[in-house]
Amino acid sequence: MSLWEYANPAKFMGLSARVLPVVAVLSGVCLAVGLIWGFFLTPDDFRQGSTVKIIYLHVPSAMMAINAWVMMLVASLIWLIRRHHVSALAARAAAPVGMVMTLIALATGAIWGQPMWGTWWAWDPRLTSFLILFLFYLGYIALWEAIEDPDTAADLTSVLCLVGSVFAALSRYAVNFWNQGLHQGASLSLDKKENVSDVFWFPLLVCIAGFVLLFLALVLMRTRTEIRSRRLHALRMRARMG
Amino acid sequence: MIRLVLRDLALAVRAGGGFGLGLAFFLIVVVLVPFALGPETTLLAVIAPGVLWLGALLACLLSLDRIFALDFEDGTLDLLACAPVPLEGVVAAKAAAHWITTGLPLTLAAPILGVLLNLPGPGFWWLVISLAIGTPALSMIGAFGAALTVGLRRGGLLLSLLVLPLYVPTLIFGAEVARRGAVAMTLEAPLLLLAGITLGVLALLPFAAAAALRINLR
Repeated sequence: MSLWEYANPAKFMGLSARVLPVVAVLSGVCLAVGLIWGFFLTPDDFRQGSTVKIIYLHVPSAMMAINAWVMMLVASLIWLIRRHHVSALAARAAAPVGMVMTLIALATGAIWGQPMWGTWWAWDPRLTSFLILFLFYLGYIALWEAIEDPDTAADLTSVLCLVGSVFAALSRYAVNFWNQGLHQGASLSLDKKENVSDVFWFPLLVCIAGFVLLFLALVLMRTRTEIRSRRLHALRMRARMG
Repeated sequence: MIRLVLRDLALAVRAGGGFGLGLAFFLIVVVLVPFALGPETTLLAVIAPGVLWLGALLACLLSLDRIFALDFEDGTLDLLACAPVPLEGVVAAKAAAHWITTGLPLTLAAPILGVLLNLPGPGFWWLVISLAIGTPALSMIGAFGAALTVGLRRGGLLLSLLVLPLYVPTLIFGAEVARRGAVAMTLEAPLLLLAGITLGVLALLPFAAAAALRINLR
């Protein structure tokens, strides 16, 4: 019994059919609890007033935007090395989810920034690197859509994902050099004193867990759809042959 | 490999268009900027390094799909893939030819266009140096993008979309060198980083581009 057994699409479908409802329900519960707790049961911030509450959407989505790309990177590597189709399809399934997470992070950031910084958008390093990440997602998805042969598409997008990761990291530090930041520093690391206070911290943790589970559920669902549509395509081709 | 570079150069010059197109586009961008922003010389002097870098980058982008597309269509690329030269070498040669036909002329034309934008005196040298160091990276990254999209019918737009985020670090450091040069600030840090990016790109991307080409030629 090894992890690689789930590279078999049939096994993957069997397992994911059992896991998916659990993950989906858990994510719904976490999000409901975390968001209600965060929005209605925490005090307003001393300086930011009630605008601080957007943190419960902004921080988890920003984390998942990056984590989704890392997951795509790992899946791409597995596809390039071991040629498991499920892996390539999972990477494909994760890309639009990651892109939407990036958009949520950018949009909530803009909505928060308007009253707080007095501007919707600033060319701050963090904002800029997220915009670049968004462009990477866009290019990745466009490349998937543009190529007809599925294996070629999987190969080329995987290569793009690898090269893109290097350049995304490079851009992250290049923009630091290019402009000083307006965005506050890390407020969730485990060893720092300047973290957000516990009142905000616990609902935020629940929200993060909810977003992780939501991402997992969406990726599982989309991967299942991809596998089914691939199978449908194969069946149709066989029917045409016979 | 040298033969390959020479062959590509000859093709670019003879077929017409490929050679002059980038330069003409560069000229258009730089000439149109004052019309859009007004003729104030102080403003133009401030934005000149950035505009020149941006114009060079866009002009470079314009000719990227020519790197592999024609050879792919007439089957030359299949022959090159079977040739004793490794495909990585072919990619490097192609990128070098692209640089000689676009990057080098752009670098040489930049100071002349800098006069039009009222670029401050000390900026000229640094502009030329930063472009000379940075444009090889643009050609190599572009060759990677072209290798990814070579099999596609209408790959031009997709190519731009793929290459755009990859160009960001090069543009940031290149324009920063030119800008600091123009106002006579110290510029070792961005200059070294720009050189580092170019060397890293030249060392690693031929392998990625060759891998993409092999996939497309399967």
